[in-house]
Amino acid sequence: MDIFGIPLQAFLGQLMLGLVNGSFYAMLSLGLAVIFGLLGIVNFAHGALYMIGAYVAWFSLEKLGLNYWFALVLAPLVVGALGALIERTMLKHLYRIDPIYSLLLTFGLALIAEGVFRDQFGVSGQQYEVPELLQGATNLGFMVLPNYRAWVIFASLTICLGTWFVIEKTKLGATLRAGTENPALVQAFGINVPLMVTLTYAGGAALAALAGVLAAPVIQITPLMGSNLIIVVFAVVVIGGMGSILGSILTGVMLGLVEGLTKVFYPEASNIVVFVIMAIVLMVRPAGLFGKEK
Amino acid sequence: MSFSSTNSARWAWGAGLAFLLVAPFIGVYPVFMMTALCFAIFACAFNLLLGFTGLLSFGHAAFMGSAAYATGWLVRSAGWSPELGLLAGTLLAGALGLVVGLIAIRRQGIYFAMVTLAMAQMIYFVCLQVPFTGGEDGLQGVPRGALFGVLPLQSDLVLYYVVVAVFVSVFAAIIRIVHSPYGQVLKAIRENEPRAISLGYDVDRYKLLAFVLSTAIAGLAGALKTLVLGFATLSDVHWSLSGEVVLMTLLGGMGTFAGPVVGALTIIGLQNFLADRVGSWVTVIIGAIFVVCVLAFRKGIVGELLAWQQRRKAR
Amino acid sequence: MKLKKLTAACTLACAALLGAAAPAQAQISGDVIKIGIITDMSSVYADLDGQGGVEAIKMAIADAGGTVAGKKIEVLFADHQNKADIAAAKAREWFDTQGLDMLIGGTNSGTALAMAKVAAEKKKPFIVVGAATSALTNDQCTPYTVHYAYDTVALAKGTGNAVVKAGGKTWYFLQADYAFGAALQNDTSNVVKAAGGTVVGTVKVPLNASDFSSFLLQAQSSKAQILGLANAGGDTINSIKAANEFGVTKTMKLAGLLIFINDIHSLGLKTTQGMYLTDSWYWNKDAEARAWSRKFFEKMKRMPSSLQAADYSATTQYLAAVKATGSDDADKVLAHMRKTKINDVYAKGGYIRDDGRMVHDMYLMQVKTPAQSTEPWDYYNVVETFKGETAWQTKADSKCPLWK
Repeated sequence: MDIFGIPLQAFLGQLMLGLVNGSFYAMLSLGLAVIFGLLGIVNFAHGALYMIGAYVAWFSLEKLGLNYWFALVLAPLVVGALGALIERTMLKHLYRIDPIYSLLLTFGLALIAEGVFRDQFGVSGQQYEVPELLQGATNLGFMVLPNYRAWVIFASLTICLGTWFVIEKTKLGATLRAGTENPALVQAFGINVPLMVTLTYAGGAALAALAGVLAAPVIQITPLMGSNLIIVVFAVVVIGGMGSILGSILTGVMLGLVEGLTKVFYPEASNIVVFVIMAIVLMVRPAGLFGKEK
Repeated sequence: MSFSSTNSARWAWGAGLAFLLVAPFIGVYPVFMMTALCFAIFACAFNLLLGFTGLLSFGHAAFMGSAAYATGWLVRSAGWSPELGLLAGTLLAGALGLVVGLIAIRRQGIYFAMVTLAMAQMIYFVCLQVPFTGGEDGLQGVPRGALFGVLPLQSDLVLYYVVVAVFVSVFAAIIRIVHSPYGQVLKAIRENEPRAISLGYDVDRYKLLAFVLSTAIAGLAGALKTLVLGFATLSDVHWSLSGEVVLMTLLGGMGTFAGPVVGALTIIGLQNFLADRVGSWVTVIIGAIFVVCVLAFRKGIVGELLAWQQRRKAR
Repeated sequence: MKLKKLTAACTLACAALLGAAAPAQAQISGDVIKIGIITDMSSVYADLDGQGGVEAIKMAIADAGGTVAGKKIEVLFADHQNKADIAAAKAREWFDTQGLDMLIGGTNSGTALAMAKVAAEKKKPFIVVGAATSALTNDQCTPYTVHYAYDTVALAKGTGNAVVKAGGKTWYFLQADYAFGAALQNDTSNVVKAAGGTVVGTVKVPLNASDFSSFLLQAQSSKAQILGLANAGGDTINSIKAANEFGVTKTMKLAGLLIFINDIHSLGLKTTQGMYLTDSWYWNKDAEARAWSRKFFEKMKRMPSSLQAADYSATTQYLAAVKATGSDDADKVLAHMRKTKINDVYAKGGYIRDDGRMVHDMYLMQVKTPAQSTEPWDYYNVVETFKGETAWQTKADSKCPLWK
């Protein structure tokens, strides 16, 4: 059976792969949206944090013998701590001035991270084995899907929706949102707003690291893996609406699917389809699909 | 920070110009200097937008690179003479700037930067896919030709002085633009846009014109670079170059005239000097300079120098 | 007064700093023979040539005695990061300011084409070892380019024919999206069609892509028998791994069109056994090669690839020519190299043709099974030897104006 001249099998197969990619986009743009939506920081270092998360996973396997499941917990903790450090020592000085400076600072940090890792590991990349439990593949009929990729879809969507739920539907989330909208008032209630801000940034960083661990067995762990993705992830966040958490999750998944479709019909364009969509969305709905004008 | 308002400023300009004129004879490699000057033109164009108008474009490399490819192809495959190729590149970049600007100008601040980034990425991928650019291999074998049909440019020395002449002209032009009434309005927009609007200025038109001027000059830089080096590659349209030009302007001093030039020469010199010695650490150093500048050195080299001068005068 | 002086002093200091940072004008290399290699040292192809290539050149210099015709020999090296602009700019700078006498081109065809133009402009010898594109001796040939080790035509003729003969008639290609991938896909397609096979389709993959899954899915849905991998280095390793992961290997056979021993080492014999490949040299092919390779192993802790052996050979032949002519003049040295047969650890009875092609034997090899392998790096059986002229581009198909 053919859809627009492409066999159904190929079509569904690419959609499936698109869903896998979409899960990554969703997780990464989630962290970015949390940081921008709540703190107003354009975190260009997000890709680097993702990369460091993957390397922590690799390192903990290679040198410490800790397996994948440990890494899932360890990497976010380590990178979260790193994020907290960055926020405390550098970012907090920039809140009062033009937000462009925090963008430039995080950009510089990303370059530093990339350079250091490049120097240590070269660009060729490290391999990371799929954990035993998730090895093998399932024949879905229209394609053979490696089990690990199914896990990726499941894990990222769970985490994304979980995070969204916490921020939008729980009291903690409400406090967080209030604290960043009107810090003085919330502080007057006795809540330690600076600490909350630090933890928020650390949380975003941890999400990036988690995405990195999930990605490690799928793609090569290289120092450039973050910078390759960061621009696309930014586009996703902008399309979704820079303040909207749900927007970025949905847009991330949707983009993965659209990219998958593009690869079937017009593969060369698969890299730019996100930017075309972004340009169109910004012309029609400047605040993004789910965003609110600030 | 006005031009030639003090004797010391005149001294500095004179010394700078003198250095440029004698550089090949005191042992500086002309091709390096020419490349550095092209980036200086690029940084000056960027500064016109960021330093004097207050708009951060995060995709400026796309304009430099597109002109680089266009000029390269016209001179190599269509047989155009170099000065027409330069003109074509400049105009193309300006036209692209008009298109991007029309889409981006409606947005402010970060959103503006993101839109320019998105558009630049699209231009990057077009350059990657379109056959004439040569994709990963680049557009190569661009001859230097003869300027106006009479002055052969094969000699590095001859081309060097042509590049210096272009650079000085661009520099002077930017100074004229900034000091003109139009430039004053740009300054007003940068400092307090709502005020400017309330005074009745159509700020979008002013900003758009600044954007187009900036992209056109960036295009000139790219086109010139193609003639100097003989090729145009994807590095010229890559977003990391967009980041570098921000750094050059920031490091040199936003909103000053000499700032972007100093910044460009420093960064290019640094990259050249360190590339063979420390390899990957060049990226780290560039990143570190970014961080230091943002945290502690926001005025940049020239900015700090001028501020220090002011403080001394005030005593 | 003070202010004026201070400002001027600052400006001049900056100028001086820049002067120091900028590379100096040409110093005539009078008493030193400088050999330079610009290759991929940190990216996809770093293992195939890279630092090992530099070592091989140093070994050649040491074996020549460290000096030639009374002059010291120096080696310069740089990482082009697979970017043609970096390669060309560095080559130009070395020729202009370092008095470079001979340039060796490492991996990546795009960079080789760029450097060839610079070398032709500066009229200096450019010996291409790492890059594959046959264009270097075809429509892009110059009097100064020598294509030393292998090229896409030889690979296509070798592996392409062998696979079609073994029954692989329908092909689908995964090609690296730049000069090399295009050349390899094109040359192999021609060979496959001439041998009676068909090319079902091809997909262009960006260089250094991290995820091959969607491309492999497209390959699978093409229902071709053979998946031709028109890529190299890390890209080949990753596509083979992903092909296994997605079960593509169950329905298609893989034909790695450019495989080096480092790739087999990375993937392991279990995954690669039985694969055919064409290469210009194998460390274990005879006693002389073995002896040299063990010396290399001591320095690099791994066996040399054919590219690294070619680096050694090219340097050795160049230095011999300089010695024989007593000069570093490019035209004289190249003329001598063209008249001299090449007999060393890398090639026997090799010679340089008018189009710049260094003609020598190529080998069709098959990867051993784990049981057949007797020691680490013992990976190949030499199945067939393609003698001299049969392996390369023929005059009839060549568009090089220098070869008539």
